[in-house]
Amino acid sequence: MHDDESIVKDPKNSNEENSGVSRREFLKISTIAAAVPVVSTPDFVMAAGEQVPVRGPGKVPIELTVNGKVHKVSLEPRVTLLDALRDSLDITGAKRVCDRAECGSCTVLLDDKPVYACSVLAIEAQGRKITTVEALMEGGKLHPIQQAFVDNDASQCGFCTPGFVVACKALLDKHPDPSSDDILHELSGNLCRCGTYAGIRGAVAQAARKGA
Amino acid sequence: MPDYQWPDPEHRTLIGQRTLRVDSPDKVSGQARYTYDVKRPGMLFGKVLRSPYAHCKIVSIDTSAAEKMPGVKAIEIVQKPGSTIHWAGDEIVALAAVDEGVAEDAMRTIQVKYEKLPHLVSDAEPAPGQGESQGPLSMDDLGDMLDNQVPENQIISQIGQFGVSFQSTEQDYKDAKEEGVPDSILEAVRKATVHPEAAGKTTKSNYQKAATQTQGDIEKAFSDSEVTSEGLYGAPVITHCCLESHGSTSEWTDADHLFVHMSTQNVSGIAGQMAEPLKIPASNVRVHQDHVGGGFGSKFGPDRWGIATASLSKKAGGKPVHLMLERDSELKVAGARPSAYARVKVGAKKDGSLLAWQSYSWGTGGPGGGGMPPIPYCFAVPNQHKEHTAIRNNIGPARAWRAPNHPQAAILTMCALDDLAAKLNMDSYEFFLKNIELTRLANVYREELSIAAEMMGWKEKWHPRGQNVSGNIARGVGLSMHTWGGRGHASDCDLSIHPDGSVDIKMGTQDIGTGTRTCIAVVAADALGLKVDGIKLYIGDTQYPPSGGSGGSTTPGGVSSSTRRAVVDARDALFAKVAPALNAQPDDLEARDGSIRVKSQPNRSLSWKEACSKIGATPITCHGHNDQAAAKNKPDLTNSGVGGVQMAEVAIDMETGVVKVTKMVAVQDCGLIIDVRMAESSVMGAMIMGISYSLFEEKVMDPTTGRMLNADMEFYRLAGLNDIPELKVHMMTGKGYDERGVIGLGEPPAVSPGAAISNAVANALGVRVGVIPITPDKVLAALSQNSSQKAGA
Repeated sequence: MHDDESIVKDPKNSNEENSGVSRREFLKISTIAAAVPVVSTPDFVMAAGEQVPVRGPGKVPIELTVNGKVHKVSLEPRVTLLDALRDSLDITGAKRVCDRAECGSCTVLLDDKPVYACSVLAIEAQGRKITTVEALMEGGKLHPIQQAFVDNDASQCGFCTPGFVVACKALLDKHPDPSSDDILHELSGNLCRCGTYAGIRGAVAQAARKGA
Repeated sequence: MPDYQWPDPEHRTLIGQRTLRVDSPDKVSGQARYTYDVKRPGMLFGKVLRSPYAHCKIVSIDTSAAEKMPGVKAIEIVQKPGSTIHWAGDEIVALAAVDEGVAEDAMRTIQVKYEKLPHLVSDAEPAPGQGESQGPLSMDDLGDMLDNQVPENQIISQIGQFGVSFQSTEQDYKDAKEEGVPDSILEAVRKATVHPEAAGKTTKSNYQKAATQTQGDIEKAFSDSEVTSEGLYGAPVITHCCLESHGSTSEWTDADHLFVHMSTQNVSGIAGQMAEPLKIPASNVRVHQDHVGGGFGSKFGPDRWGIATASLSKKAGGKPVHLMLERDSELKVAGARPSAYARVKVGAKKDGSLLAWQSYSWGTGGPGGGGMPPIPYCFAVPNQHKEHTAIRNNIGPARAWRAPNHPQAAILTMCALDDLAAKLNMDSYEFFLKNIELTRLANVYREELSIAAEMMGWKEKWHPRGQNVSGNIARGVGLSMHTWGGRGHASDCDLSIHPDGSVDIKMGTQDIGTGTRTCIAVVAADALGLKVDGIKLYIGDTQYPPSGGSGGSTTPGGVSSSTRRAVVDARDALFAKVAPALNAQPDDLEARDGSIRVKSQPNRSLSWKEACSKIGATPITCHGHNDQAAAKNKPDLTNSGVGGVQMAEVAIDMETGVVKVTKMVAVQDCGLIIDVRMAESSVMGAMIMGISYSLFEEKVMDPTTGRMLNADMEFYRLAGLNDIPELKVHMMTGKGYDERGVIGLGEPPAVSPGAAISNAVANALGVRVGVIPITPDKVLAALSQNSSQKAGA
């Protein structure tokens, strides 16, 4: 396996300047995580020339910083960030649809970059800033992007909507004045079944105009 | 007599306007809770072990290892040893454990022995003579046809032609009626010849010939035809692919009371379907749902896995059991649209007058076979001969898919007619217009065709086939038309006006993303002179008055009618309480702009709050009912029968074969429109879904293993943002439309996209790609076949 191969399956960030978490970074994260007391046997294996701890298979303590709040949970290392958010923290805005990085309904921001939460392990997300759709509202008021979705009737059943809203936030953070190519590129990782794309396009345009 | 009639345009405040969808803020903020999001105290997670084989017998099941695993709380054998399995992915064992990981691990320890049986997953054209004649119909045959959405008139015709193999008692008819079998079909069974000797003959061919239908003099019609055209057209099996998969959370609140959260289109109809297999009264089952992530026709029943959550919960001491299908199961077993293919021959006079239709069609709805789509669609061609072969195979069961049977019928018909127009050297727009009197909605279609042509720029864009090529890019336009019923279903509504001015509505309906909440709120607020946020809605629970399942575009007519009746009664009751304070008669009052006022002297008024304070201590509560039978509604506020026209423009790269839809327009009527924004969104959604099934979607089966090959969202491709062009929607409103009453809209606009896009592709390429999805390989194959034919000619 090549040293720099991306561990996080993250099609949104597959361009060069932004290649998700590299193997080296992953190992660094793992090393930091090793400082946390491990409940299961602290076995070590050699990987890429370094000693790395074996986590699990039982539950291990995991600390996640979600929407500015630190949560301590005990989870098996195989649990995805999406399932940790939904099942352990009851933060259910990100939806589980395909569970394999194909549809974007679980999109969250990891250190402000969009990722498929179904394809990031919860242990990998430790020490990083996790932002979900729930954090976009401020003081009970919808974020301008959310308001733009409402104004343009960009949701029907609404199951893909949180993922699209978060993907739009990432799009406008990166391209405040997006070209149509930017929009297609950044939102091409999200799918809708009811057919709300026309509304979504209108919502992006409105949010961009208002400098969201 | 209260004035239930829909208000005139000048007396409407919100009806027919553009309101913001009332549940959007919850959806965009992640606050909307779906069944998938339900968390209950002590909740267990369920998983289902599924058959790896498309056709097999279960020999033995050993769950002993799973039983011993820590964290496993209940195991339920769904189909016992000895059962025959008819599709890969069918349910064998369900279990519940403390978390999903443990449930998955436990499932892997279950040992099942199967005896494999030969399977068929193909729906390829049957060889001549392969179809066996249908014998007398068994009760199962009828059940299959009903499950597979075979059109009522076809079922009746088959019952008449073949008879039945069973005797029915009065109790049977009563039971069937309660299960929702239409009266017309029960009547046909009563009149049918009974052939008891045919009962129990279950060994049937996979290929079953349906009734042959002939009308007029087909031979003479073809000999009178100056131009004929022949072609092969079709649509494969596709899936529903709801983003929220099917599933539920069941818990026993005591020994014989069940509380179920379920992802469903049919809140009020679920309790009865769960009660029967669990052997408890339906009144002991409470069903709840706040939001549902798509249904499209696939979520009307609790399904075997839903019943399993209740059985598992019982075994686990009543603890909640949460079971949502994984994506692959969702695509394999939770919904499929039947396929339909046909060899069609059509004939016309030189002036374009249609004379003859002949079709040999086939298709599959899985184990039930399925029926012939209603062809020729929309156009009652005077002379017809139709034969259909239903293929019973092992691809899994079919379910209603947005406008059951109509998109297939539109492909088979509109593409054949478009090819005939091309042979006549006629603009297809002129050809369809020429024959418009053969439709039942000629005036509607004529008006809609003209508007659609204007919006598309048809006159400028249409050209004879294959004559708009620039470089590698070929461009073309195509059109199709469609129809649907859409009468309102049975619906009950309780509406209360409270002394503090708050208003609430309780109704056991559901909003499947079609804007049902908004529709109810608009109707109520319009009558009370309030804004939509003045109405508090309680829906999605069996504790509220029942309302029909959301299928067949029946919800808008149903819920708007029951709401209108309730709100008019409640408003009149309020007028009676308020009249003395305004020194007026109740009949002189109106509710407008947040006040109750005297019609002739609007300055004699009370604010809404002041007016409601006259109610007294207990709220005004009124009940509204819409009956399924039009005659029982006086006046009838809903109606049936709409027409629509769609046009598509495509650009095709002839080197790669990639088809891009570059513009699409829809013109649609649906009677009185409650909210124009919701209506337009529904139509746009249907167009987008239509682009998706026209270009990308197909349930691909592996003939060797009998399994679905693309049960994920990478290879079962849905259209993305990039695939969607400029969409234009025009809703027919005003005189001639509004006074018909409310008619549903979910299905009709989903019918035409396949045919319109296919016709645009034919117009661009000069050659027909007869079977959707129109993928690059099919485009290139059609082009090369065409050029080799030309070279050979």
